[in-house]
Amino acid sequence: MDKTQNNTAWFLVLPVLVVVAFSAIIPLMTVVNYALNDTFGNNQFFWVGLEWFEEMVTSSRLHNALGRQVLFSGIILAIEVPLGIFIALNMPKKGFWASLCLVLMALPLLIPFNVVGTIWQIFGRVDIGLLGHTLAALGIDYNYTNDSLDAWITVVVMDVWHWTSLVALLAYAGLQSIPQAYYQAAKIDQASRWAVFRFIELPKMKGVLLIAILLRFMDSFMIYTEPFVLTGGGPGNSTTFLSIDLVKMAIGQFDLGPAAAFSLMYFLVILLVSWVFYTVMTNLDRQESK
Amino acid sequence: MAQITLKNLAHSYFPNPKSDNDFALKEMDHVWDDGGAYALLGSSGCGKSTLLNIISGLLRPSQGRVLFGDRDVTDAATAERNIAQVFQFPVVYDTMTVRENLAFPLRNRGMDAAYIAARVQAIAKMIGMEDNLKRKAQGLTADAKQKISLGRGMVREDVNAILFDEPLTVIDPHMKWELRTQLKQLHQEFRHTMIYVTHDQTEALTFADKVVVMYDGRVVQMGTPEELFETPAHTFVGYFIGSPGMNLLDAKIDGNRAHLQGAEVSLGAAYGPIKGRTQIGIRPEYAVLTAGDGLPVVIKRVEDVGRHRLVRAETMGQPLNIIAPEGMSIGTDLTHVSFAPQKINVFADDWRVGGAA
Repeated sequence: MDKTQNNTAWFLVLPVLVVVAFSAIIPLMTVVNYALNDTFGNNQFFWVGLEWFEEMVTSSRLHNALGRQVLFSGIILAIEVPLGIFIALNMPKKGFWASLCLVLMALPLLIPFNVVGTIWQIFGRVDIGLLGHTLAALGIDYNYTNDSLDAWITVVVMDVWHWTSLVALLAYAGLQSIPQAYYQAAKIDQASRWAVFRFIELPKMKGVLLIAILLRFMDSFMIYTEPFVLTGGGPGNSTTFLSIDLVKMAIGQFDLGPAAAFSLMYFLVILLVSWVFYTVMTNLDRQESK
Repeated sequence: MAQITLKNLAHSYFPNPKSDNDFALKEMDHVWDDGGAYALLGSSGCGKSTLLNIISGLLRPSQGRVLFGDRDVTDAATAERNIAQVFQFPVVYDTMTVRENLAFPLRNRGMDAAYIAARVQAIAKMIGMEDNLKRKAQGLTADAKQKISLGRGMVREDVNAILFDEPLTVIDPHMKWELRTQLKQLHQEFRHTMIYVTHDQTEALTFADKVVVMYDGRVVQMGTPEELFETPAHTFVGYFIGSPGMNLLDAKIDGNRAHLQGAEVSLGAAYGPIKGRTQIGIRPEYAVLTAGDGLPVVIKRVEDVGRHRLVRAETMGQPLNIIAPEGMSIGTDLTHVSFAPQKINVFADDWRVGGAA
């Protein structure tokens, strides 16, 4: 009798197992398989152990892409977070203008990534783009297709344009949840504008800001579509971030083994960073409630 | 410190108020004497908090002036007015310690560090949080947080007035008594003008020298607790003060007699002709059950509330509460109720009418 019951239970869990297997485990194991073998035509596999991993860890190509990636994520966080907070602080609190602001802010978030890339690709062109042409007319030597600095600036500005709204909206939600009495008490206590920000607004926004930073970090660390459409990773390799490099390696050069090893490490890095973030956040919470 | 004068003051939250109903505060003139301890009493939504926020400058009145002494402060910012205010729900600065919270208003005014330290210590002692000064304010219980808010309100010695907006709502009953006593002591010691908003009459009556009763955006009466009890200026005061409130019976007034559907009650004073709806008001404390004198009464229910008994009854088709002293036996022989004539108040359209003795 007991045995029958157990089997039924397994049977009921089966759909979940099947779904998870097909959606996560089997694809991941395929990648693991490629990372540990060398492949030739006709699906012939030769065991190479950790060779691809060793190659990738010591590869200067990967080091450079990682360096560019970290720099990119750092720059956009340093711009988007303060800018988003600044916008949120200056948005109207209620009424028609507040709704209008919210809609306008949400617009960039709704545009498909490759369209964002295309918009900026055209916008920045010196011959027909509004931005590129205007800059050229002003006598500024700007060309994102052959100057790496210009390409970097364009990619960063594009990301700021695309994603600052997310930080601003989250910060705005945090600000809206602060009861009016806090501001009134601060006035009574003669707190300066800075003190109101430092002691009331910032602590109340901390939770949503940490989430905003985490989301923006992960997204920017995995960025692919927009720079791929805009610069294709160029000029040279100057805007080749990790994902772009990975795709070049896997599909452009068909180096499946190294690419598989690369993607596993990439995945682990993101997992690690997210875990560190999560731990820091929960620790902060615990400290405060002491 | 200064006397606070409100001149022709009114406030509406609508940009273009049309009728009287659009005003949260109806036009009023009111003077708060320097050093007085006032309680502002009224049901929720009657404009108490609005009035407080106008005095502290958090809200600009839509008409009228606010004067501190001779100085017109209507357009002055909160900071200039030098007022302390404590809100209904605790406001603490989460990232600061208890000590920093208490010191915050003094620091912002650039006080001397030694003075701040001494003052914070004194206030911490008063609110009973000396041992917690080093703690972060976040994670404290609601009543500990409210004590910090109270402390921050009292930490400045030179304020023009301290306003309390139902400050003890979240505090547990035992602590309420203690804090209220301390506030009273504080008042006697420093003589700050204090305005204490509450809808709890016990709190109002124990705290204040003068109680101000508000109803529907108006100050309907200001007086000592005794005046409010004996001669309420408005039926709302009669009903709101006392437990249970004053009995109100529709009656026709003719000289020194009141007629209730044929029955007659003698009044302590003579009245001229009165227009509008007339009512007589009698406190349950001054109504006595009798075996034959007065109005016929039907007893519905008797509630024992400890020190005395509360009789729920009906006379001439109108509900009536009577307080019977402890030990009095309430039997079927008690078929009538009599009122002490001197204790009967007469109201016309809800406002008290004075009579000639």
